[in-house]
Amino acid sequence: MARKTIKVDNLARVEGEGALTVVIRDNRVQSAELRIFEPPRFFEAFLRGRAYSEAPDITARICGICPVAYQMSSVHAMEDAFGIAVGGQLRALRRLLYCGEWIESHGLHVYMLHAPDFLGYEGALEMAKDHADVVKRGLALKKAGNGLMTVIGGREVHPINVRVGGFYKAPLKRDLVEAAEALKRARDIAVDTVRWVAGFDFPDCTRDYELVSLQHPDEYPFNEGHIVSNRGLDITAHEYDQHFGEQHVPHSNALQSRKRDDGGAYLVGPLARYGLNFERLSPLAKEAARSAGLRPVCMNPYQSIVVRAVELVYACDEAIRIIEAYERPEQPLVPVVPRAGIGYGATEAPRGMIYHCYHLDHDGTILNAKIIPPTSQNQATIEEDLTAFVNAWLDLPETALRHRCEQTVRNYDPCISCATHFLDLRLDRG
Amino acid sequence: MPRVVVIGIGNRDRGDDAFGRVVAARLRGRLSGHVSLIEVDGEATALLDCLGEADSAIVIDAAVSGSDPGEIHRFDAAREPLPAAQYSLSTHGFGIAEALELARTLGTLPGRCIVYTAEARSFELGAPLSPELVLAVEEVAARVIADADQWSPAHA
Repeated sequence: MARKTIKVDNLARVEGEGALTVVIRDNRVQSAELRIFEPPRFFEAFLRGRAYSEAPDITARICGICPVAYQMSSVHAMEDAFGIAVGGQLRALRRLLYCGEWIESHGLHVYMLHAPDFLGYEGALEMAKDHADVVKRGLALKKAGNGLMTVIGGREVHPINVRVGGFYKAPLKRDLVEAAEALKRARDIAVDTVRWVAGFDFPDCTRDYELVSLQHPDEYPFNEGHIVSNRGLDITAHEYDQHFGEQHVPHSNALQSRKRDDGGAYLVGPLARYGLNFERLSPLAKEAARSAGLRPVCMNPYQSIVVRAVELVYACDEAIRIIEAYERPEQPLVPVVPRAGIGYGATEAPRGMIYHCYHLDHDGTILNAKIIPPTSQNQATIEEDLTAFVNAWLDLPETALRHRCEQTVRNYDPCISCATHFLDLRLDRG
Repeated sequence: MPRVVVIGIGNRDRGDDAFGRVVAARLRGRLSGHVSLIEVDGEATALLDCLGEADSAIVIDAAVSGSDPGEIHRFDAAREPLPAAQYSLSTHGFGIAEALELARTLGTLPGRCIVYTAEARSFELGAPLSPELVLAVEEVAARVIADADQWSPAHA
C-alpha cells in the first residue's frame, strides 16, 4: 500500500505553536491532524480565586495579537453576571478598541503572513527584497491600528486602560482626532489592499461550511449580538454551551469544539462574519468587496485574505465614524457592584468568535473560568479542509505540497497558542 | 540628540522566554536619560516599529542555540545578520532575526544595533525563569548599561 505522511514540524507564519500531520494512503488523504498547544487552559486555572477586576489584565496576556478580544470578552461576561449595561460613548470607545485590534491583526496577517503564500515567497523578508513598497504599506496599516490602541488602550499591545464597567480614563477628543488622520490614510491603503489581494491566484476550493458569528441588528459585529449561523442557529452567549461542546482529541492538547447536535465542525472568523453580516458593512467596504468580485457569501477559505482586506476597510471606516461622533464622557465607567452569579460573553476576535464564561462569588471572586478561543473552534474545520483539498495536490513535488498544506492552515490565521510559535508539519506517505 | 532604545523581548508567562523582559525590568531607573526602555512581546512588526524610531538599539531576548542554559551571546546586528537557526525557536510567528533582516532590507535598521541573548532551558507556561537565566539577568543588564553609556551624548 502506498503510504505517505506530510509533517510540518515548524509551520512558519502562524501565530503560535503547533504541528500538523497529514496521512496519505493509496494516494488519498486518510487523515489530517492539527495539534495545537493552547494557553487558555493555563489561564483558566490562573484566574480561579482572583478578583473579577483582574480578569481583563490577566486574559489580555493570553495573546499578543488579540489581547482586546480576550480582555473585552471577560469584561462583557463580568458585566453580564453583575447586570450592568454599558452604552453611549463608552460602548463606542469599546468598538473603537476592536477597530484598532482588527487593523493591527489583519494588517499583519494579510501582508506579512499570508500574502507571501500567494506571491511565491518564503516569507515577508523575501517578499520585502522585491516588494519593499508592499511591505511598507502593510506596516503603515498596522501602525495606524497601533496608534489607535495606544490612544484608547494606554499602549500598543496589551491595553491596560480597560476595566469592568468601562475604562480607567476616557481619551481626549483631540488625541483621537489625531489618530483619525492616520486612519484616513490607512483606509486608502486598505481599499488598495482589497484590489491587490483580489488579483491573487486562488485555488478553486469551496466547501459547504456552517458559518458561525455574532450578529447585531445594526452593526457589523465586534462585541455584541446573537450567535447565529447560516443554518438557522440564533442564540445568546448564555446558550453557547448547549449548542457547542469541546472535546479532547488525542493529538492535541487544545479542546476541539464541535456542534453538540450532530458533532459537526463549524467555521468562525472573517468568512463567517462576512457571510452572515455583509449588509452591515459600511458602503465603502461593500463597494470594495463588490469591486473585488466577492459575492455576499464566500465559501473559498483561500479567499479569506480578500475578506480580511474588506474587514480592514470596514474597521478603518468604522473607527473614523466613531471618532467623528465622539464626545468625551464625563465618567469613564459605569458603577460596578459585584454579585454572585454566572456571566457569559462572546465577542469577535480578528480570527473569529471567542467565548468566555465565569462563575463568580458574591464579592466577585472568580470561582471558575472557561475560555474558548476561535482557533480551537476552527480546528476541526481546518482538518476537514486539509482532508478535502489536499487530494487534488498529491502529485505536486514534496515542497509544493507541504506549502499548500501550510497555506491551508494559514487561511485561518490560526492563533495556535498565542504564545509561542511553530507548527511542526508531517506528511506521512507511509 | 541621538535616539537610543533598549528593547526587552519576551512573553512573561512562558518560562525563560521572559528573559528580555526581566532584564528590561532590572534596567528601570538605571539607564541615562537619553535612553528609552521598551518591552515588547516579540511580535516582529512591533519590534520593527521600535527599531525604526532609533539611531542606536540594544535588543535583549532568550534564544535556543544548543549552548548551555544561561549562556550569554552578544551580536552586532548592524554589521551582520544573526545566525538565524538560533532564532527558529524564538517564540513568535515571525522571529526576531527576520524582523532585524526586514529592517535592514527596508533601510530602517539602526546604525548601531546590538543583540544580547541568553540560552533558554524551558518555555513552560507559567514557569519562572530557570536558575541559570536568573544568574544571567544582572550580567546582561550591566553590559547593556555599559553599551548605552558608550553611546551617550557625553561620549559623542
